[in-house]
Amino acid sequence: MTSRPQPAGRNYHLALFALLVVYLAAVFAGFLAPYDPSTQSRDLAFVPPTGLHWMDTSGTIHLRPFVYEDGRSYPLRFFVRGAPYRVSRFINGDRHLFGVDAPAVLLLLGSDGFGRDQLSRLLYGAQISLFAGPLGAALSVALGLVLGGLAGFFGGWVDTIVMRAAELFLAVPWFYLLFAVRMALPLRIEPQEAFLMILTIVAVVGWARPARLIRGMVLSGRTRDYVVAARALGASDVHVLRRHVLPQASGIALTQAALLAPQYILAEATLSFFGLGVGEPVPSWGNMLAVVQRYDVLSSYWWMFLPGGALLAVFLLYYLLADALHERVAALPG
Amino acid sequence: MRYVWRRLGHAVLVLLGVSFLTFLLAAAAPGRFGDELRLDPRISPETVEAMRVRYGVDDTVPGQYLRWLQSIARGEFGFSMAYNRPVGPLLWPRIRNTLLLTVPATLLSWLIALPLGTWSAARRGAWLDRLAAGATTTLLGIPELLVGLGLLLFAVRTGYLPAGGMTSLDFDELGRWQQVRDVLRHLVLPVAALTLVSLPILVRHVRASVGEVVHARFIQAARASGVPEPRLLVRHALRTAANPLISLFGLSVAGLLSASLVVETIMSWPGLGPLLLDAVAARDLHVVVAAVSCSTVLLVAGNLLADGLLYLADPRVRPERA
Repeated sequence: MTSRPQPAGRNYHLALFALLVVYLAAVFAGFLAPYDPSTQSRDLAFVPPTGLHWMDTSGTIHLRPFVYEDGRSYPLRFFVRGAPYRVSRFINGDRHLFGVDAPAVLLLLGSDGFGRDQLSRLLYGAQISLFAGPLGAALSVALGLVLGGLAGFFGGWVDTIVMRAAELFLAVPWFYLLFAVRMALPLRIEPQEAFLMILTIVAVVGWARPARLIRGMVLSGRTRDYVVAARALGASDVHVLRRHVLPQASGIALTQAALLAPQYILAEATLSFFGLGVGEPVPSWGNMLAVVQRYDVLSSYWWMFLPGGALLAVFLLYYLLADALHERVAALPG
Repeated sequence: MRYVWRRLGHAVLVLLGVSFLTFLLAAAAPGRFGDELRLDPRISPETVEAMRVRYGVDDTVPGQYLRWLQSIARGEFGFSMAYNRPVGPLLWPRIRNTLLLTVPATLLSWLIALPLGTWSAARRGAWLDRLAAGATTTLLGIPELLVGLGLLLFAVRTGYLPAGGMTSLDFDELGRWQQVRDVLRHLVLPVAALTLVSLPILVRHVRASVGEVVHARFIQAARASGVPEPRLLVRHALRTAANPLISLFGLSVAGLLSASLVVETIMSWPGLGPLLLDAVAARDLHVVVAAVSCSTVLLVAGNLLADGLLYLADPRVRPERA
């Protein structure tokens, strides 16, 4: 088989950098977002994106863009005071990167049915949507690592039970399993708890595949000469697991996590989209997108699709990353 | 033949396991079977009590599970609290509707993927191959939720196709053929969504599998002896690559069923997906167990089909035979 040389390194770094930017934007949502994500203004329902202007009616070009409100113009200001926010629990602030003076409103991506700023909600929503994926992936891979490791290492009935259970979890179509597990948890739940709930769900749903891979690896590793030698020298179970088995498993664990992360971002989005995940008023990309199920929204307010666009962008970046990672791993000797 | 029986027996065990697992999950859910029923003033306390006895609500979880299995034998699959009747009759049309989407989508995506992938593998590096590769990579990154919403948006904006549902409002007044046409028109969008979701993975794998054999010695020998190129690809390369592709078929069924849940719900197609979602939201435990089990039946059936095909296509997998 011939293989074309791929500029894998460039894609890899590009995707990694872009994802980093997106995640940083999510962390600093409070600073970047001009408004509080749950402040409603009922008279501003479904307002289309505010136009930023550089040229006024007399044809003069301004260096600082401005918006119109009731025929008057309000310039865009930077580092304005506004709604208080916190960044990662430690930093409190009320300065926002940009904004306009009242009574003008700056809705760069329009507003939703409650007159809430889409851009702010998108940024805050990223905090939930983007972190549910990697954290959930880490959890389920960790679970898979423990269970698969135990099964492979001890064999016997432990192995039988774990592997049969894994088989059951893999026999159900993925989304069906997701909702079945969802049922085991309370229906109405606080948004803050919902995040933890989603992590639990995806960890339970997704442990089987990594567990299988890890088990296979441990099983083959157990008979390797250096493990046999270590045992002959009197190494304990724990020592062998830690020194010889775990380092090998970490490679598999990492690739699995990279593959699972976007899938779990989707899991959160889907659960929230169908009203079984993170609920109002806390924004997540899934529950923001849910309004397009209404016919009038679907047909008239295109900016309500923006969370979908964001989801799409993050997804493509993750796949680019996973592809590049895969090629890197495949290119390694051995 | 023994091989077939073994596979079937295994499938039944998996099904029992899955339904029991779902039952455990249902039992872990807060609230108990029949609590809602008691609040309904139209139902007498005696009926509720009879129901509770029938499904052994106060029994242990394995006991309840056994009763549920017994109700399968009666064709009931438990009792739906939300619909206030046995689950079985609810289930059959839903399964039919899900199959109505997934079977055409499977056929369609394989019909596109096989020629496209084979051809892509034969012309590796050509601009059309690159175009196909780029398109599949992009499509691969689009989740089913967004594919469904995108197509729905298309339908609403253009008005060419009905936006969701399975039948038009005046369905009952239509003639037989018009009814068929009406359902077909409603089928287009969800089938297109499912095809778009499953296609990229298939194309990728077909391209990779055929690509592996296309440079094999026996292909070159065949080419040297003057076998025409199309015949070479179809008769020799594709056939040799059939083994991994058939295994892929089983996997693709799993993906398709999963995607179908989302697509059905978005496009309000009355399949298993919406039934499950409504049941989860309404805490209709037996319906959840039944719907999850049914989806597993479909998946297992797909896998059995793949096993059977593999058995026919590849003599190497036939186990120790006399």
